Amino acid sequence: MSHEILLTQLLYGSAGLLFFLLGAWSFISHEPLWRKLIALNIMGAGVFHVLVAVAYRGLDTPPDPVPHALVLTGIVVAVSATALALAFGRRLDREAPEHASDAHGGVDDREDGTHA
Amino acid sequence: MLDPLALAVALPLLGALLVTMLPGWSRTLGMLTALATTGVALWLTVTVWSGEGLRSDLGGWGVPLGIGLRADGLAAALVAMANLVALAISINATGYFGAAESSRKFWPLWLLLWTALNGLFLAADLFNLYVMLELLGLSAAALGALTGTREAAEANLRYLLVGLLGSMTYLLGVALLYTAYGVLDLELVAEALTPGPVAWSALALMVGGLLLKSALFPLHFWLPPAHANAPAPVSAALSALVVKAAIYLVLRLWLDLFDGIVTLPAAMLLGLLGAGAVLWGSWRALRAERLKLLAAYSTVAQIGYLFLFLPLLTAAPDGDTRERLLTALVLLALTHGFAKAGFFLAAGLVQKSTGHDRIRELGGAAQSLPAATFTIGLAGVALIGLPPSGTFFAKWILVGQAIALGQWWWALVAMAGTLLAAAYVFRVLARAFNREPTPKCFLTDPRTEIPALLLAALSALGVGLAAQPIAVLLGAGV
Repeated sequence: MSHEILLTQLLYGSAGLLFFLLGAWSFISHEPLWRKLIALNIMGAGVFHVLVAVAYRGLDTPPDPVPHALVLTGIVVAVSATALALAFGRRLDREAPEHASDAHGGVDDREDGTHA
Repeated sequence: MLDPLALAVALPLLGALLVTMLPGWSRTLGMLTALATTGVALWLTVTVWSGEGLRSDLGGWGVPLGIGLRADGLAAALVAMANLVALAISINATGYFGAAESSRKFWPLWLLLWTALNGLFLAADLFNLYVMLELLGLSAAALGALTGTREAAEANLRYLLVGLLGSMTYLLGVALLYTAYGVLDLELVAEALTPGPVAWSALALMVGGLLLKSALFPLHFWLPPAHANAPAPVSAALSALVVKAAIYLVLRLWLDLFDGIVTLPAAMLLGLLGAGAVLWGSWRALRAERLKLLAAYSTVAQIGYLFLFLPLLTAAPDGDTRERLLTALVLLALTHGFAKAGFFLAAGLVQKSTGHDRIRELGGAAQSLPAATFTIGLAGVALIGLPPSGTFFAKWILVGQAIALGQWWWALVAMAGTLLAAAYVFRVLARAFNREPTPKCFLTDPRTEIPALLLAALSALGVGLAAQPIAVLLGAGV
């Protein structure tokens, strides 16, 4: 039984590592924001995969709750981060680049553009 | 019973919720929270200084399930610095933002950032460190883009993405450690760690991710635009505090957690990157055309100094030498925190009153703002490392120990960096001595100038003279 658990864990864990590496590669090699964000979320999914695999203790034993709590918290963090990045992206899309040439370095109390 | 550890994290969080609910009162509530939090932080530091390390398990749940907070000397020193700087920034922000719309957006994010800072310095386990790190990154990126300009949004989007990449990498390291040892508490992990592939991979992943966040050369590319385009109080917080938090975490891992695992070649690599940061950051600061960009590149250089200590700390035998090096490192970090915050606040005032911060055209403007110029001068004393600033003592020990430990090349880097720093500080100050009529009044805008001035004075005079108590604090509560 313990041998089977180990094999399952190994399979899921290494799939998680593979996800992480694929995400990291994609994050570095692609320019568009949405591709970077998807890549980051895949990296995150990879880490969560590893943690879920660690928690598994066979079908008869309840799983270790600590990694599950970590994954839940991690998902909340990842969602908020993605939302903030998308808000930035929308802000950048709304204004064509040539508009902003006069704002170079200016610090003013303009309406901030990050409502999400 | 009142617990300074829990209060230091809970008070700013409570304040953040209150200012979000009552935006009309944000300035008053924000300032009250700032005062209360700083009071608690100083109480915490004094408690640790008087000899007891603090540790508390929130809600009575102990390890391994509960969330623990703890403070030793290193944490307490940084908490004291961060909260004093944050208080000065808060006072400055009441004047800088006034009652404008952006003031209402500033306070909730700022108090969240403060929560994350205190939480990060006090967290006792690897996962809470991750959560605080993310909270810090998110609130810092949102604050940095408060001006709403396109440059600010671009710079902070890059900062956010780089930060996320860094914290994901850190989290994978945490997952590896949990897989191998089944514990997350810093002390328990440190006890369980044995040299081997798992420990090495975890070390590489965690420190690598944090290097991205602490902007060590050549991973600093995101820092100058993000710090130079934020509103002045936010730039001060980003440069003086947020970057320090990531470096604090690197130190924690390097010195406490992976103490038996780290090797001299790895430390040499980090020292080499630090040397690159000192030289490249100082050079770019010298060539910068804008005051805030100069300050941001100077931050890149000062981060480099902190990493120069790692190869020395790793090579030093346990005991006296190591303690002196650690004291010097903390002195440098504290001095830079005060100095850079003061510098950025003063630069913000210059920018606000002249409408630009181009160094070339600074002449008359700098002269009409005596207090701001004096602040930049004092902060400059600390950045260069003239006596009696903390930087002076830190560099003195750095150079002395580098030669004593046979790693003399770091001494050369520190000296070259000092020369370059003198050049970029005097380049700004030289503009202030034009022949223009000197105003009669020293202070122009007390609410923004006095906090900046106090921070700079503290960096140039206070930290260096307080080196002895700081050394005592660092030795306490370990």
